[in-house]
Amino acid sequence: MRIDRTALTDLAQGAAFLGSGGGGDPYYSLLLGQAELARVESFELVPLDSLGDDALVVPCGWIGAPTVSVEKLPSGLEALAGLKRLERELGRPIDAVLPIEIGGGNGLAPLVSAARLGVPVVDADGMGRAFPESQMAIFNIRGLSACPSVLTAACGALTVIETDDNLTHERIARGLSVALGGIAHMVEYPLTGREAKDHAIGGSVSAAIAIGAAVRRAREGGDDPFAALYAALRDTSLYPYAGELFDGKIVDLERETQGGFSVGRVVIEGFGGSGRMELVFQNENLIARRDGDVVAMVPDLITVMDRETADSITTERLKYGQRVKIVGAAAPAMLREARALALVGPGAFGFTDAYRPIEALNGWDQG
Amino acid sequence: MRIGVDVGGTNTDAVLMDGRAILAWTKQPTSADVSSGVAGAIRTVLGDAGVSPDRIGAVMIGTTHFTNALVQRDRLDRVGVLRLASPSGEALPPLTGWPDDLARRIGGHVFLLPGGYEVDGREIAPFDADKVRAAAVELKARGIGSIAITSAFAPVNASMETRAAAIVREVYPDAAVTLSGAIGRIGFIERENAAILNAALTGLAATVVASFQRALADLGIAAPLYISQNDGTLISAEQAAAFPVLAIGSGPTNSMRGAAFLTGIEDAIVMDVGGTTTDIGVLAGGFPRESSIAVDIGGVRTNFRMPDILAIGLGGGTRVRLDPAFYAADGFAPEALKVGPDSVGYRIAHDALLFGGNTLTASDVAVAAGRAAFGARTNLPDFSAATLGAIWARFQAMLEEAVDRMKTARGDATVLAVGGGNFLIGDALKGAARVIRPPHAAVANAVGAAIAQVGAQVEQIVAYDKEPRATALARMRDEVTARVIAAGGAADSVRIVEVDEVFLSYLPGKAAQLRVRAVGDLAGLPVEETAAPLVHHAH
Repeated sequence: MRIDRTALTDLAQGAAFLGSGGGGDPYYSLLLGQAELARVESFELVPLDSLGDDALVVPCGWIGAPTVSVEKLPSGLEALAGLKRLERELGRPIDAVLPIEIGGGNGLAPLVSAARLGVPVVDADGMGRAFPESQMAIFNIRGLSACPSVLTAACGALTVIETDDNLTHERIARGLSVALGGIAHMVEYPLTGREAKDHAIGGSVSAAIAIGAAVRRAREGGDDPFAALYAALRDTSLYPYAGELFDGKIVDLERETQGGFSVGRVVIEGFGGSGRMELVFQNENLIARRDGDVVAMVPDLITVMDRETADSITTERLKYGQRVKIVGAAAPAMLREARALALVGPGAFGFTDAYRPIEALNGWDQG
Repeated sequence: MRIGVDVGGTNTDAVLMDGRAILAWTKQPTSADVSSGVAGAIRTVLGDAGVSPDRIGAVMIGTTHFTNALVQRDRLDRVGVLRLASPSGEALPPLTGWPDDLARRIGGHVFLLPGGYEVDGREIAPFDADKVRAAAVELKARGIGSIAITSAFAPVNASMETRAAAIVREVYPDAAVTLSGAIGRIGFIERENAAILNAALTGLAATVVASFQRALADLGIAAPLYISQNDGTLISAEQAAAFPVLAIGSGPTNSMRGAAFLTGIEDAIVMDVGGTTTDIGVLAGGFPRESSIAVDIGGVRTNFRMPDILAIGLGGGTRVRLDPAFYAADGFAPEALKVGPDSVGYRIAHDALLFGGNTLTASDVAVAAGRAAFGARTNLPDFSAATLGAIWARFQAMLEEAVDRMKTARGDATVLAVGGGNFLIGDALKGAARVIRPPHAAVANAVGAAIAQVGAQVEQIVAYDKEPRATALARMRDEVTARVIAAGGAADSVRIVEVDEVFLSYLPGKAAQLRVRAVGDLAGLPVEETAAPLVHHAH
């Protein structure tokens, strides 16, 4: 499949939703993608099963605090420098790249990197959404190594990271990102084609495009964009349940750049003072409580959206007074396995609540 | 007493108000020199009410000049763009994502210079005074006198922008310099866009504001002049000349607030029919619904808070294309009729059939159908009832679709019909529970300008380990509320519209830059619960 200007815009819209608030600002990634489309006709997207078993496939994306990424912009040299250096480390050319996470701007960023390198993008990612930490990727859950990994920044700094375990890799990378101003580009979890086919979350890039297209078409046709969004999510087969969790106005927002993350909470009050919802986030929205009761928790998706246009509002774009709908969706099944929940479930973020699926919490599975 | 003026592309409207009472109003064609039209409109309302100029306490003007200039790519300055952030940001140079024609109009006078700050307060790169100076020398040589300066994290630390501005002014004293930190918050591209747009408007703003001031001087009005800004509050004429970009969204805000005031209805869809477009907005609790996401102005993304407006191509001057053979026919195929989107605009008084011209416009159809009465009916051709019915139905369908697109709740909404062309909105619309045409509907914009709000802002750096966040927020809310009241706002109308918090991780004591903004209605304009009497349009 070729990704043209329209599909790129749809991808930005869909990826913004799948980011669950994180993954970086999709608009700036969209601008970079559009600028690249002035040079290349379109981006090439290939299915997982087209990869040879021994191909070299590399996930990449930006690591840091989204609140920084909207103010400190890329130099444009980061991704290519990191990919080229990995080729040198491994002594062979890269055959394809994929987003480490489909959510937010990181779902789009690899398109430009791939075009610069002259390779296709794989229709898959490592998270099926966005997560704040590198070891939350499906590749770590399935026991693959993040290294060798290359981290680059706008100032030209480049670091090759070699560690035995992926948690240490995340800590080193996070520390470097802070030292480099809070945002850096990372190439990590180099995979064989076989490993990608066995473990990556397949179809997530085309799913994001389909979700974005459904919202766009609903708007063009004057239909309810939210209804279109829920239907499109269910149609992807990756996100089997979706629906509205709350509708109201943002009345409080605490957001801080801390330890290389954007952390905080946002409080939404129902119109006419009917109920409150509180979201806690670490780059991504992690848990949603309605009047004190949990209604959605990580790894299920929780996204704040403009209640009129169904545009997803990422963490760094939240503002006091915005009128929003909070929308939830079931995470891909691979993220709900016991070994995954240990690394990406509520406990991994310090919440004491045991994980309960969003469809059970909201009675969506009673249909 | 106050005078509210709305200067549109087609008409200049003025109202004279004493408290809630409208003493006089007028609608006149906008003059080519702006100033004489404004003076004429103000002179008319003063004369009609028999009020002498020295009894006027304030004049508030809302204008679409700046919006129109951006939309029409007209009367804009070429801009020198200084960005202090390199090597960061070079992937997204200034004007990225701008419409090509507008970017060309602004010109490619772009300088990517080292500088800017990191989130933790360090410098991305040291400030290079020589490079800034060289850029200023070059801009002076090219005669580019409107300059926008943007540095990374300027909303947190403005000093590099300030230093760059000082060098530019030293080299090029006549230059008009816009600093991004003065008009925008975090979000580099949007803030830089706003600074560039502002710089592009500075020449026009100086001319327009001076012409407003001249109009008041000619009339012997010594009262202060205010300009409406995007959020319904006012800025001084001097501020508007320096920051015209803050006034680009005032038109829709004024018409919606004017409609709410004239009807006493706080939740409704407002349809403001002008000469070229109908602007549809939503009132929620008496305030224009804002768009949550960034707003495009003239195709450029900014992070201003603006009313969420849908504009459709139907206004009083909209061209109606139909083969004259069908004028008296019993019917015709739908595709034979084309409505807009082009309009004769301010030339309506010359081009429309009603005024002896030869272009069939929406106004001609409305008069022929008995929906309005102005101009010379005798100039109109003979239309069959079927033809008039079909064209009228097309107008209504366009309006109904717009209502449907802007509606958020199921069920029928109340529609407030205002603007000079409000006769194009029928007495019943599908999707509308009722259509209300308040008295003075045609000058709702000018009324909105006259009842403008008072705004105030408090910004402080707070150390949360000394003062808990909740305490600091409550204190600043009280402080900003007191300031709104001190500035003339009614105590029970004050509401907090913005709370912006940026943590300053490089300062000890969990410090944050906290900004709270509030607005309130002018005291003496109590909000009444009762709706104004409904006035039905004469048929």
